Amino acid sequence: MFENFIASIMTIEGAAFYVFSILTIGLFSITVMSKNVLYAMTSLAAAMVLISGFFFILGADFLGVVQLVVYVGAIMALYSFAMMFFDATKDIKEKTTSNSLVFLLGGLSALVLVLMFAAPIYSENIQALYPMHEGVGNAQDVGMVLFTKYLIPFEVAAVMLLVAMIAGIILAGKKMDESLTEDMSADDEILIIKDEK
Amino acid sequence: METTLVENLPQVTAAGVIIKAVLILAIISALAGFGTFIERKVLAFMQRRLGPMHVGPYGLLQIAADGIKLFTKEDIVPQHANAFIFKIAPIITAATAFIALAAVPVFPDFTVPEFIPLLGGTFVPSIASDLNIGVLFVLGMMAAGLYGPLLAGMAQANKWGILGAARTAVQFLSYEVVTGLSILAPIMIVGSLSFVDFNNYQTAGVGSWMIWQQPVAFVLFLIAGFAETNRTPFDLLEHEAEVVSGYATEYSGMRWGMFFIGEYANMITISVIAAIVFLGGYDAASTFGWLTIMLKIAFFFFLMLWVRAAWPHVRPDQLMWLCWKVLMPIALLNILITALVLLG
Repeated sequence: MFENFIASIMTIEGAAFYVFSILTIGLFSITVMSKNVLYAMTSLAAAMVLISGFFFILGADFLGVVQLVVYVGAIMALYSFAMMFFDATKDIKEKTTSNSLVFLLGGLSALVLVLMFAAPIYSENIQALYPMHEGVGNAQDVGMVLFTKYLIPFEVAAVMLLVAMIAGIILAGKKMDESLTEDMSADDEILIIKDEK
Repeated sequence: METTLVENLPQVTAAGVIIKAVLILAIISALAGFGTFIERKVLAFMQRRLGPMHVGPYGLLQIAADGIKLFTKEDIVPQHANAFIFKIAPIITAATAFIALAAVPVFPDFTVPEFIPLLGGTFVPSIASDLNIGVLFVLGMMAAGLYGPLLAGMAQANKWGILGAARTAVQFLSYEVVTGLSILAPIMIVGSLSFVDFNNYQTAGVGSWMIWQQPVAFVLFLIAGFAETNRTPFDLLEHEAEVVSGYATEYSGMRWGMFFIGEYANMITISVIAAIVFLGGYDAASTFGWLTIMLKIAFFFFLMLWVRAAWPHVRPDQLMWLCWKVLMPIALLNILITALVLLG
């Protein structure tokens, strides 16, 4: 039983997998536990980078790079843009510091670790539904599956994103043709906020 | 599935890759330092000045003087800054710039001579990691590079810093879209994401260069490349007339230096991509081929300095207008037309 595990950790891929997974879970738990916005954001971004490592280990170079470009480059940067509304150097005061939550989350990540360490024992039973073709590039393989088997979900997701984009533009663009500095009602709003302070 | 330069090349070993990585680190860092000197000289000549002249012959030792200054300067961390993030931010910039260089062909491949002990006979490849999705990897790594300025600006408890960070997020995110879309059309023509395939597609002389088939994509890529490497006219991240020094306001010494090593390494990376994707790349068979790509890279580097001397920088709103209302529609049209031609 343990021979499998030790054999898997002795290979480069196996060792890299365990290093990546421990680091990923550690970083994600910092994201959840930390009271500092900046730490949470940095660790989330770093963990997203490490997840692309899993794709590289599996030989799915294309998906690994997509993970980098989409999650690290785009989505996380949007998060961080939202983070600029906070004072990033101060800790956030949380209302509930529930110890049981920490306990539960810690227990769950421990469970995930155990499951992962146990996985190589059963890895012989796992088979790929859409195995990679010999002599065809990674991107081509993804494209073939995406435009045959998963064509409808792919197109529906594209339409959904388009709808969300148009909705976002309409929500943000209501007063786009008016200048905020020349608009007197905007001044009133600022004054009201000052009075409340 | 690895694409190799020529089928009969020697086996790439771990030692060869490590030698390559050390070479890239050493040479590109030195070139980054030398780049600052060249930049000052070129700018000076274009503005009818002399530039650095006092240290060494023709000011050549200015690099050493700058290096000594950077290394010995006091390392200051502001009082209310988030010290940990403040310290790792420059490392992110430098590291992502060098990781991106791992997937592009820099310098010719060679075999370490036999008389050198221990490493004799090791084959050093021209690409440290020959991924078959090289183009995307480099773009992805440069995308991850935005965390350097972003975290630096947010960690330093300085309003100029946070303005610089906000500009970083806006500028890099917007121009990433243009870089990706502009390079998509050449990718569609070649049908591969590997730099080696790009190079092999354009081996039939100057007439086969991608720039003649995709002039629009080339111009778009150059403009977006300038924005992604934070060069004038898009150097809004640390424009001293507006935001003091942006994200780098509170940095001093070697931490500040690392930002600029990263920036110059990124300039070299963009030049390498432009040279391989649009200007024919290298000829792996001859040493002369490698000389031509060095010349192409040097030309793009010079172009960046030339543009800096010739043009004022744009306003932030002009930057966004240019990206979303001009460059992106043109890039999409270019892809559409390329696709129609390829299908028809």
